[in-house]
Amino acid sequence: MTTVKVATPKAAARAPAKEVIKDASMLKQKEMMAAHYDRLTSAPETGAKVAATFVPGNLNELVMCFDLLNNLPEVNAIQNGLRRVSGSYVLEAEKIGHSEDVCTYVKSDIGMMAKGNIAPNGKKFPNPDVLLLSYTGCFTFMKWFELLREQYKCETIMLHTPYMGDGKITKGMIDYMVKQLREEVIPTLERVSGVKFDIDRLRENLKRSSKAEDDLVRVLQSAKAKPSPIDAYFGGIYYIGPIFGAFRGTQDAIDYYRFLREEVEDRLAKGQGPVTPDGDMGKEKYRLVVEGPPNYTSFRQFWKMFYDEGAVVVASSYTKVGGVYDFGFRHDPSKPLETLAEYCLGVYTNRSLPMRIDMLVNYINEYEADGLLINSIKSCNSFSAGQLLMMREVEKRTGKPAAFVESDLVDPRYFSAANIKNRLESYFQMIDQKRSGANAAA
Amino acid sequence: MATSLNPQATADIVARANALFEDLSFGTARAWKEAVPGRKVVGYMPIYVPRELIHAADMLPLGIVGGGDQLEVIHGDAYYQSYICRIPRSTIELGVSGRLDFVDGMLFPSICDVIRNLSGMWKLMFPKVYSRYFDVPQNYRDDIGGNFYINELAELRHDLGELRGKPITDDELRSSIAVYNDNRRLIRELYALRAERPWQAPAAEVYLMVRAGLLLPVEEHSALLRHYLAAARAEERPMRDNCRVVLTGMFCEQPPLNLIKSLELSGCYVVDDDLLLVTRWLTGDVEIEGDPLRNLSSAFLHHSESTAAKYEPNQKEKGQHLVRAVKRTAAEGVIFAAPSFCDPALLERPMLQHVLKEAGIPYIAFKYAENSGQMQPIREQAGTFADSIKLWSAA
Repeated sequence: MTTVKVATPKAAARAPAKEVIKDASMLKQKEMMAAHYDRLTSAPETGAKVAATFVPGNLNELVMCFDLLNNLPEVNAIQNGLRRVSGSYVLEAEKIGHSEDVCTYVKSDIGMMAKGNIAPNGKKFPNPDVLLLSYTGCFTFMKWFELLREQYKCETIMLHTPYMGDGKITKGMIDYMVKQLREEVIPTLERVSGVKFDIDRLRENLKRSSKAEDDLVRVLQSAKAKPSPIDAYFGGIYYIGPIFGAFRGTQDAIDYYRFLREEVEDRLAKGQGPVTPDGDMGKEKYRLVVEGPPNYTSFRQFWKMFYDEGAVVVASSYTKVGGVYDFGFRHDPSKPLETLAEYCLGVYTNRSLPMRIDMLVNYINEYEADGLLINSIKSCNSFSAGQLLMMREVEKRTGKPAAFVESDLVDPRYFSAANIKNRLESYFQMIDQKRSGANAAA
Repeated sequence: MATSLNPQATADIVARANALFEDLSFGTARAWKEAVPGRKVVGYMPIYVPRELIHAADMLPLGIVGGGDQLEVIHGDAYYQSYICRIPRSTIELGVSGRLDFVDGMLFPSICDVIRNLSGMWKLMFPKVYSRYFDVPQNYRDDIGGNFYINELAELRHDLGELRGKPITDDELRSSIAVYNDNRRLIRELYALRAERPWQAPAAEVYLMVRAGLLLPVEEHSALLRHYLAAARAEERPMRDNCRVVLTGMFCEQPPLNLIKSLELSGCYVVDDDLLLVTRWLTGDVEIEGDPLRNLSSAFLHHSESTAAKYEPNQKEKGQHLVRAVKRTAAEGVIFAAPSFCDPALLERPMLQHVLKEAGIPYIAFKYAENSGQMQPIREQAGTFADSIKLWSAA
């Protein structure tokens, strides 16, 4: 497998040109995403219909049964964050009356609409034909689509996922969701698309999902090795892109995850660490578990603070936000509607706080991590509320140090590089002290 | 349960309610529990839980709506980042400081991500206390959302029965529904009185009367309401030249009492609000005959308040509850008052404002926290709003 140097247009405009090193799988994914955005923006010409929907609770296998294209506002907000245009969109949304206190994904999306709804390929996004409100683990999604419905005035379908407050999925929860799918979601999608539902088609899509999920899990679990061949947070964000987005259930996803797995296994066999934007990472000094989403407006700068210090993330909760697969769940074609319900119920932020803590403790132990780092996101209560208790609990149960930094998803005003760097440096020193203390005791 | 209050003395009744409001140790609930061995108290947070189930288990439902502006938060802040609202940190403070050490159970309703996550925190921090996240459907079909909700109710009923040591019977539930129907009728009567003659039932008094319902046994609260209604009707009070406003966005974290008083002092009679919605969440009587869980479910699905925590399936209906509230109470404007960092209220606000704009209803907006101390800016903003409404009305 190869890594490729890519001169970014922005970097090229400034001197000297800075080359970004990318895995071959990253380039493959970039092509997939570009093709997807082209399919979306050419929908008015091709006549394709569009369903806007969310990442956690994403029913892509079902959406594809109706020949609908899947447009994900969160992914668009992330793209706008990475391209550093989200800040102006957030400001635009605040200018038209949205509070400074609320989710910046929402404001980035609303601001983008207000400024012409331009996709990353420079063309206009089509208006959705349907808003599929299949959300899980976050109340904001519900308000987000009510806000979009007000603008687009299109059909909106609600699929309500109950919360796993008691840490279990009950028959009542599954029955509720399956009935919603059978009697409300599917008939409305049939009406909007003009395509009759075929459960065998859904089964085929689910079968493909399961294959890709197997490979994703093998990639994520490769981080148990020392050194880890992947970064399961910053790199992990690339790895989850296709399966959390518009590709789960497609042959493209199967091909991508097989390719990715082979790439990672190759690095594993050679004893190599992760590929960073500056090339192969140096010696692995710290192994971390990270809780919380990343900051996207300074994504590369944030990542650099880790790999410059030899810190690699071996497991993260964010890479489970669109589905938790590493504890055994796979989409099951033998029970197509039930499996969609189970998938929605099981995503990370739909799990109770004690379940989330158990997962993090498990990661620290299984991946032999040095500790937990929490990146607390200002505008994401679903993740952030309770994180300080999570930190204490994980420290108590593992004996490993934890640290806390704060930033935001796509609002550049809340990324303080100096502050985060200081805290990270102190944290790495703390790990060193803990180690030397342990060595002295031994 | 009778009260010993003189039904004629409004000030006495209000003083009693105010004492309950100010008691951060929940002395009345503690006394209720201690009066009979084996009694249990179940706390609940905003916005809605079926209190009938708790009552039917012979327990006291106790509303926990944060610590207000008199509670010094010492430990609670260590559990929350600065960008999270105030109510969870003061609730944690109440718990950690031992003020809730007599509470046998806690219910965390489906309102937002913060309260949802608090339910898990409570399980970890107070493992000996029964705690439950109480989910409600966002689908309003009886055969879909209704069935799910009946299951949720049945699970809660089972758990409370276990906590009591004896299952809750249908007849016990029916009798509790009747008691709460009576209480809801009185609350509606109180709101109707204020909408008709707001100078006779000032907003701060109405708030205290309703808030007492979160702290007292329901029978005692109904008696208190009857006394207050009689007293407020009997006592002539001067009418001010205030405008009439509907207050919205305060359904979870409570504003300081001074904020409510400040609005009236600055020229705004509050003629409707969404404070303490649990007391009037169900907008009509719940059917008593038949299956009580099905009846509670039907009331929830078809006869309950609209608020930001609920999905509105019909775009044309979005925000119309506010327009109807304005018309019903002959209000002249709306004040959006939301707690800082309150996702549901703040995300909802632009949609409601668009609806009001289309209906030609003026509005203003501000944020607060339960411990806001500085009222002058709010007084000025509300005063200017009242003045401008008077000017428009004259034109």
